[in-house]
Amino acid sequence: MSLLIQSVVNGLNQGAIYALIALGYTMVYGIIRMINFAHGDFIMVGSYTLFYTIPLMIHAGMPPWLSLFVAISVCVFVGVAVEMIAYKPVRKAGSMSALITALAMSLFLQNLAMVLFGANPKSIPAIFTLPVLEFFGVKIQSKYLLTMSIGIVIMLALSIFVKSTRIGKAMRAVPQDKQASTLVGISVNRIITTTFALGSGLAAVAALMYCSTYPRATIDMGSMMGLKAFVAAVLGGIGSIPGAMIGGILVGIIEIFVKVYIAPGWYEAITYGILIIVLLVKPTGIMGKNIGVKV
Amino acid sequence: MNPLNIKMPKEKKVSYVINIFGVLAIFLLLVLVFESNFLGGRTTYIKGICTTACYTIIMVASLNLLTGFMGEFSLGHAGFMSVGAYSSAIVTNALIGSGIPNFFLFLIALIIGGFAAALTGIAVGIPALRLRGDYLAIVTVAFAEIIRVAFCNFEVTGNGKTMSGIARLSNFYWVFWVMVVCVTIMYMFVRSRFGRTVKAIREDYIAAAASGINVTFYKVLTFTISAFFAGVGGAIYAHYMTAMIPTNFNFMYSAEFLTQVIIGGSGSLTGSIIGATFLSALPEAMRQFSQYRMLAYSIVLVLVMIFRPGGIFGTYEFSLTRILKKLLAKIKQHKSDDKEKHS
Repeated sequence: MSLLIQSVVNGLNQGAIYALIALGYTMVYGIIRMINFAHGDFIMVGSYTLFYTIPLMIHAGMPPWLSLFVAISVCVFVGVAVEMIAYKPVRKAGSMSALITALAMSLFLQNLAMVLFGANPKSIPAIFTLPVLEFFGVKIQSKYLLTMSIGIVIMLALSIFVKSTRIGKAMRAVPQDKQASTLVGISVNRIITTTFALGSGLAAVAALMYCSTYPRATIDMGSMMGLKAFVAAVLGGIGSIPGAMIGGILVGIIEIFVKVYIAPGWYEAITYGILIIVLLVKPTGIMGKNIGVKV
Repeated sequence: MNPLNIKMPKEKKVSYVINIFGVLAIFLLLVLVFESNFLGGRTTYIKGICTTACYTIIMVASLNLLTGFMGEFSLGHAGFMSVGAYSSAIVTNALIGSGIPNFFLFLIALIIGGFAAALTGIAVGIPALRLRGDYLAIVTVAFAEIIRVAFCNFEVTGNGKTMSGIARLSNFYWVFWVMVVCVTIMYMFVRSRFGRTVKAIREDYIAAAASGINVTFYKVLTFTISAFFAGVGGAIYAHYMTAMIPTNFNFMYSAEFLTQVIIGGSGSLTGSIIGATFLSALPEAMRQFSQYRMLAYSIVLVLVMIFRPGGIFGTYEFSLTRILKKLLAKIKQHKSDDKEKHS
């Protein structure tokens, strides 16, 4: 029983991380129909920023979690720079070029990090020092609860932002019809850049959550996690914000449960297997809308 | 009456002969370079790079069948390669002591690798090809990852550790001819009735279906052929490296093949050959700047995408026959010009 509850908590924690990353994928894909493969590497950028700024924060006598804001600003800067320099020029050239550019940017960020920080993994100092809680004999790390609630708060805030603010409405209008939204006075390019900035900022938060669970920063941490988060986004229905949350949490829970209860070596295969089945049954994902093809 | 009785046009015959001579000339040149000891102690090293280039060419050209000619991109090509590599390695490990000459053993390995990958291709293709575009790409990634995890967990493939001690059967001269045969078959496929149908599906699949083409059949067929050649490439890889680990065939390796297809020019087998040769030799050539070579590689990729989104060759195909014809025409022109001047 205690193992079950612990697995649920672990799964939710993992799922919240995936959901935050998936949100970045889903927003970018929703707006420009491009799989931003470099998104996973933004997490790597965020983790390395945390690694270098936490000691500074401690040295200055400030709480270590303040370095999250440094990480967010670095990630937003990198995300917007990538979009302006690499993605903008190829946007009209078709989806194949966009995909290759995204892969190239992912490669670029990884190798830049390799040159700058070296190939050795860095261990990140503890961000939160919180006690282990015990409910009825079940031990739960309270930092898991904290990261989970950070994730949930951010997702709710994002939903409200997209639903009711002006920029959020514009972000929903652009994918529906680019030309019409230009006509009503939306600056499409600025909205795309804003989307990238938001997604990258979420990646920084995901980096904080990841690093408080697994305190290690490696060069390639982003690519595998990014792929899984993208799977989560597709599973939930790409382009849909609640879909990304559901998909992320689903993937996290499935992963932890398969690891603990079924076959530890096969958990990745089962996650991908579920993705394949969902896509074959409902090609647009769980929350996706069906759009017919015009002939 | 009988279509088989139609004689091959003379032009086609001539062009076959010309191309055979062209390939032979390249081969003899390479043999000369390697055997004359012109490179001294670096011969084995350069030969190794050439072997790598050969199987990369097979991989990239086979992926180009999907990307360039069918218009769908797969990001799981390394998965099919690993199926070919592991199945052929298992078979040769079982047969190695039985007195079969190495050459035939190598052929058996290639065929086994190819067919194992082709079967996987059918199994993956039938469900996956119902999807298109980015969704198909992500499903191929998913299948490749499942294959990789499976090989990590099977006893016979080393249980996630390195599978080593595979017989070293791939030598450059054999691999070169395997490459030539594979590329020729792919070229013939693209120019055949099947290839034209596949191109029609690429241009507009709804129109193709409306004019009576069985879209699913042709898509799965192309996917299977592509997987077959990826398996052949994998078999060469296994018997060249002699040791491998499932994580070699990860997502980034598949992505590398796709980038080579796009850089070379999707829809041009010439582009694939040049792209694969160049991009598999480039990292080796820049080994002294090893830290920066992948950085440079990614910058080159972005620059190509910005300034030449169709790839370096676009859909252009190199043709020896055409060049010879042009040369001949020029010489003739020159001669007649001379005559006019003299008269």
